[in-house]
Amino acid sequence: MEIRPIISALMRSKVALVLIGLQIALTLAIVCNALFIISQRIETMNRPSGMNEADTFQIASNGFGDGFSTKNAFAEDLALIRGLPGVRAATPINSLPMTNGGWSEGVNMQAGQKVPTTVATIYFMDEHGIDTFGTKLIAGRNFKPEEITTRSRQSVDWPPGLIITKALADKLYPGQDAVGKAFYLNPEGAPLTIIGIVDRLIVPWPEGFSYNGDHSVVENSVLVPQMTAYGNHTGYLIRTEPGRRDELMKTVEAKLGDSNHSRIVRSLKSVEQIRAECYANDRAMMIILGTVIFCLLTITALGIVGMASFWVTQRTKQIGTRRALGATRASILRYFLTENFLITTGGLLLGAVLTYAFSLWLMAHEQEAKLLPWHYVPIGFVCLWALGQIAVLGPATRAARVPPAVATRSV
Amino acid sequence: MFSYYFQLGLHSLKRNPILTALMVLGIALGIAASMTSLTLMHIMGSDPIPWKSDRLHYVQLDNWDPNQPWDEEGNPPDQVTYKDAQALMEAGKADRQAAMFKVALPIQPENPEVKPFLALGRATYGDFFAMFEPPFAYGGGWDHGQDAQHGRVVVLTRETNEKLFGGQDSVGKRVRMNEVDYTVVGVLAEWKPRIKFYDLTNGALADAEEFFVPYTTMIELKAQASGNNSCWKGAEPGWEGYLASDCIWQQFWVQLDSPAKFADYKSYLDNYTNEQKKLGRFQRPLNNRLFDVNGWLQNQKVVPKDVQVQVGLSFAFLAVCLINTIGLLLAKFTRKSGEIGLRRALGASKPQLFAQHIIESGVIGISGGAFGLALTFAGLVMVRALYKDYANVAQLDWTMVVATVVLSTVAAVLAGLYPTWRACQIAPAAQLKTQ
Repeated sequence: MEIRPIISALMRSKVALVLIGLQIALTLAIVCNALFIISQRIETMNRPSGMNEADTFQIASNGFGDGFSTKNAFAEDLALIRGLPGVRAATPINSLPMTNGGWSEGVNMQAGQKVPTTVATIYFMDEHGIDTFGTKLIAGRNFKPEEITTRSRQSVDWPPGLIITKALADKLYPGQDAVGKAFYLNPEGAPLTIIGIVDRLIVPWPEGFSYNGDHSVVENSVLVPQMTAYGNHTGYLIRTEPGRRDELMKTVEAKLGDSNHSRIVRSLKSVEQIRAECYANDRAMMIILGTVIFCLLTITALGIVGMASFWVTQRTKQIGTRRALGATRASILRYFLTENFLITTGGLLLGAVLTYAFSLWLMAHEQEAKLLPWHYVPIGFVCLWALGQIAVLGPATRAARVPPAVATRSV
Repeated sequence: MFSYYFQLGLHSLKRNPILTALMVLGIALGIAASMTSLTLMHIMGSDPIPWKSDRLHYVQLDNWDPNQPWDEEGNPPDQVTYKDAQALMEAGKADRQAAMFKVALPIQPENPEVKPFLALGRATYGDFFAMFEPPFAYGGGWDHGQDAQHGRVVVLTRETNEKLFGGQDSVGKRVRMNEVDYTVVGVLAEWKPRIKFYDLTNGALADAEEFFVPYTTMIELKAQASGNNSCWKGAEPGWEGYLASDCIWQQFWVQLDSPAKFADYKSYLDNYTNEQKKLGRFQRPLNNRLFDVNGWLQNQKVVPKDVQVQVGLSFAFLAVCLINTIGLLLAKFTRKSGEIGLRRALGASKPQLFAQHIIESGVIGISGGAFGLALTFAGLVMVRALYKDYANVAQLDWTMVVATVVLSTVAAVLAGLYPTWRACQIAPAAQLKTQ
C-alpha cells in the first residue's frame, strides 16, 4: 500500500493533521468515559430491589384530633384493605426500598460493643409483610400473628425475634447457618434472635448507603414485627392480584378517605413509580450523556467530511494527474480511506492517553468513580475508525470521480 | 472600515452556506452544552443571600460518639440536639439567633370546600425573619414575647395564604392545625431561595415551607420533627427522654455582625462544650464549626457530582467543537488564498487583512452564540423535565446570557486567530501566478 506518499503528503499540512487528530482524541476520551458512566448507571438502575414491584403500591394517612387512634386505624384499615377483592396481601410499613427515607441502625455482634459491626435498615411489618413485599423466606420461619406489637415513637427496645436478609446474615455469620443465632441492635439491650432469613430486600437508599466505605450494606435489612404508631401516621404496602394494581389504588384511596374524615390520605404511589423517582437522576444523567455523545459524534463526523472535502478540492489537480498517470478510481478511493485511517489512528493513540487522564479526573471528583475498564478503549477505537471511514467515504468517492483530463486543464 | 469588513465577512460566509452552517452549528452546540451545565453549577453554587451571607453562621457542635466520628472526613454532625439548641438560645450571645426544625402538620381549613391537607412547615424563633429576610406581603414575623409564651401564631407563605384565604390580607385570622388554632401574624410575599440553604440536611432543593410557627409552641405541643433525626446512642423513653437525648434533629443559625463578635461567639461555643465535657458529654476532641452561608454550602457539597461531571464533559465537548471550527476556518481561508493574494497585491496591508478575517470569525462566533443561547434555553427546558427538583435552579439569568455571548465570540475569535494569521502570510505573487 502506498503509505509513504500519503504520509509525506500529510506532513505538508501538519496543522490540519494535528487538529483532526486532537478532535478524534478528545472524542474518544469523552465517548469512552461517558459510555462507562452510562453503563454504571444502568447497573445501578438494574439492581433488583428484592420485592415485587409490578403489583404493589403504598398508601399513607395522617389523622388529626383526639378521636383518631393510630392503633385502631391500623386494625380497621388492614381489615378493610384485606377484605377488598383483588388484594392479595397488605402490611403496615414504615418505609420501602428506594423511597430515600427510612431508618438505619448499627448492627452489633456483642453486648456492649463500642463500634457497630455493620449497619442495616429497619423495616417494620406484620406477619403478612414477607408475602406483601414479595421477598422469599429462604431459612427459618415467618413472624407469627401473636408476635406483632405496636411501637410507640419513644420506645427504645426491640422485639426478641427478627428476620434479616441473606446479605446481612452472611456478614454476621459467614459460612454458617445464622438462624437461631444472636445479634444486637442496641448493644446495651437484650440479644436479639434471628428467626428467619429472606433472600433479598434492599435499603431505602440504594445510592449512597455505605458503612466505612463498604457499599455492600445496601442489601442489609432487618425485618421487625411491629407497627409504628407514631403520632397519627399510618402507612401500608398493598400487593394485588397481577394486573389489578391501578384499579385497586383508586379503590383503596377512596375507601380509606371515607372510613374516617379526620384523616388525610396521601403518598399513594405504586412501587414502579417509586423506582422511577429513585433513579430519575441516573436516567437524566444517561439521557444527557447520550445526547452529548450523539452531538459529539455528529460534529466530529461532519468535521472529517469538511476537512476531507477541502483536501479533495485542493488536490483536484494532483488527483487528475495521478489518474492520467494510470491510477485507477479504486486506488484514489483507497488513498483517501488510508489517509483517514492513518490520521484517525494517530488521534486514537493520543486519545487513549486522554481517555485515562479524563478517567482519573473523574475519580478525583467522584469518590465512587472507578477507573475505566480497558476494553472500552479498543471498542472506542473500532467505532471511531468506522466513523472516520464512513465520514470520508463521500469526499473520497468524489475524489475518485475526478477525470484524468483535469490534469491538462488550466496549466 | 468595520462595516465594510463586516459586509465582506457576511458575503464570504454566504458563499459556502454549508460550511458556514457547520461552523455555526458546531459553536452553538458546544456553547449550549457548556452553558446549560454551567448554569446549573452557577446557580447552585451562587450566594443565596449575598448582602449578609458572611454574617450568618451555622453552628456545629461535635457531640457525637466518642468511638466513631460523625463522618469519614472528620466533620462534626450537621445538626444539633434540642438541649444544646436550648442552651445557646438562652445564652443569646449572638446578635440574632434561631434554632429551627422541620415539621408537618395537618391544616384544617374553615372553608369546608378546601379539604384538610398535610403541610410542611418550619418551627423556629422570631429572629428567623430578621436573619433570613423573607419579604412580607402582610404583617410580619412574631416577637420574642411570642417565643417566650409559646404563642399560637403562624406566618403563612404566599401559596398557603392563597389556598386558605384566596390571597387576601389574612393577618388576625385563625388557622386550625392539628386541632389547635393559630392566629396569622404575617403572610410572606413570593419567597423561593434557589437553594434552601438554612436547612441543607433535609434537602438543598427541597420544597419551600408552607408555614412558620414558633419553636417553643411546637415543643410544648410535642410536635415531632418531620426532618432527619440521627442518634448515636439510644434515648431514654418518652418525650422528655427524647429531648434530653444526644439525638440531633435541629438546625441552629446565628447572625454575627462583626469579626470581633464572630471570634467571641467561637470562643463562647468552645467554652460551652468544655463545660459540657465536665458533665460527661462531648467526649470527642473539640471540633466546633461556625461556617458562614457560602462555607456551609461548600462543606455540604450542594453542587451535585453529576453536575460537576457534566460541566467537565461539556467543556471538553466545546473544545472539540472549537477545534473543529479552527480546522474548517483554516480550510476556508486557504481556499480564499487567491482572493487574499489579489487584495494584498492591490495594496491591502497585513493588519487590514487580519482585521477583516478576525471580523469574519467574530460573525461566526456571534451567530453561533445567538443560536447557542436558543439551544441553551432548550437545554434547560430538557434539564427541568429530567430533574424534577431543578425547577428553581435550571434558570438562565442575565450573567449567564452575557457570559454565553461573550464566551462564544471569544471562542470563535480565538479559533479564527491561527487561520487568519496563516491567511495573512500568503505571498501575493505566488498566489496570483497560479491563477
